[in-house]
Amino acid sequence: MSFNATDVAFKIPGKTIAFQVHRQKQISTLTQHFNISDFFLVPAIHPKAFIVGNALYIQNLTLKTFQMKPKKIILTAIVAAALITGGIMYAADHIDTPAVTSQPTDITDLYVFRASDPANLVFVANSQGLTSPANSTNLKFDANTILEFNIDKTGDNIEDLVIQCKYDAASNKMQIYGPIAPSATGTKSKLEGNATAEVAITAYGSTAVSGTGTSGIKVFAGPRDDPFFFDLNRYKAVLAGTAPGFSSTGTDTFAGTNVFSVVLEVPKSLIGATANINVWLETKKKI
Amino acid sequence: MKTTYKILALLVSVSIITISCKKNDTAPEVITYYEQQDQMARPAINTVFVTAPTDKDAFNTTIPSAMGGMFQSKFQTRLLALNAGYTTNALGQNAATLTGLLATDVLGVSTTGVTTFFDGTNILTGRALADDVIDVELLLIFGGPAGTSNPGLTKDNVNANDKAFLTSFPYLASPW
Repeated sequence: MSFNATDVAFKIPGKTIAFQVHRQKQISTLTQHFNISDFFLVPAIHPKAFIVGNALYIQNLTLKTFQMKPKKIILTAIVAAALITGGIMYAADHIDTPAVTSQPTDITDLYVFRASDPANLVFVANSQGLTSPANSTNLKFDANTILEFNIDKTGDNIEDLVIQCKYDAASNKMQIYGPIAPSATGTKSKLEGNATAEVAITAYGSTAVSGTGTSGIKVFAGPRDDPFFFDLNRYKAVLAGTAPGFSSTGTDTFAGTNVFSVVLEVPKSLIGATANINVWLETKKKI
Repeated sequence: MKTTYKILALLVSVSIITISCKKNDTAPEVITYYEQQDQMARPAINTVFVTAPTDKDAFNTTIPSAMGGMFQSKFQTRLLALNAGYTTNALGQNAATLTGLLATDVLGVSTTGVTTFFDGTNILTGRALADDVIDVELLLIFGGPAGTSNPGLTKDNVNANDKAFLTSFPYLASPW
């Protein structure tokens, strides 16, 4: 595998700055669990590429190093500063913050809608966005992270019910807890009650596996096409002042990319007789 | 034989005692706690309205009931930076009302009716896969009271997903 100039080019709306790679060496192949939180990240031209110091992290998170001339290192810093202060925009919630970007805790989207059976509601939690097909085989749920749907039934924006999704690495299954009233509300959670449904993780390229719990909850967990669509690059150009408005023929920045999904279909009877609920999704990490 | 039974009976009772002792001696189960890392409900809210990286992390780790107080005024500043000419939007919301709504990041969902981000009639009753949520948000931010202001900014002209959704579970299209 070799670099070319575009692999290490920064793209700023209106201009592209490329770096020449002088020397390279593969150190190791990393998984998406690689801890990036200690680094200063700069999105490069590829949506999953970052340059950190003199190391480059690209799509499949293969770590490579290369040496830059001092002048170019300075240029890197300038470009990095421009990108950071210029505001890096990723939507809907894709790669939205420094602390969670590229982590299994990074939520991309929440969907809640009526199922094909109108007696049920569907809850979708997507994470780990902008994953290329090539990298989708490597996607993993994190055993130390729970995905938690929060449901407020009284309009005070405090959860009255939670549905928790916990990955069990030993069985490679997603286990569902709830809907259940949590023993405590807020930023800290524990798994509540007993698992109400579980499903084996669907492998990339395999037919979707569905699990059905005793209470009628259906569950799926695995890679899916990212259902989100948006001409994000053009939006960034508009914000940067390099485009007057959207293009008359938009380009979906999320086309051809995958996410890691948990899809639940839950009988409305398990949520109770409240006509209007508020829902939000959280990722919570083991402490 | 009798002796064997006696020994067996003894063994069984001993094992029962052992089991029950074990149960009584077991230390209280260690409870694992999980702490909030990321939060979202309505699409693109953090990305569009929160600008400083530290604020982005703070927004993600704040519970919705506390978000309005912490972020409404920052959202309003951001809204007016995006659209200095903002007066009201197609829902009749002024800057304070719209940002007050958006700063508390929860998704309203109807358990009895149509679930849609906006379908021309119902608004914020859920979010279906095919909903063009970005156009709805752009319209509310840039479209002015009649939805006709800033015509170049009120839709991105990407109107559908790049793969057809399924009509039954799990609804999302298979991966690329």
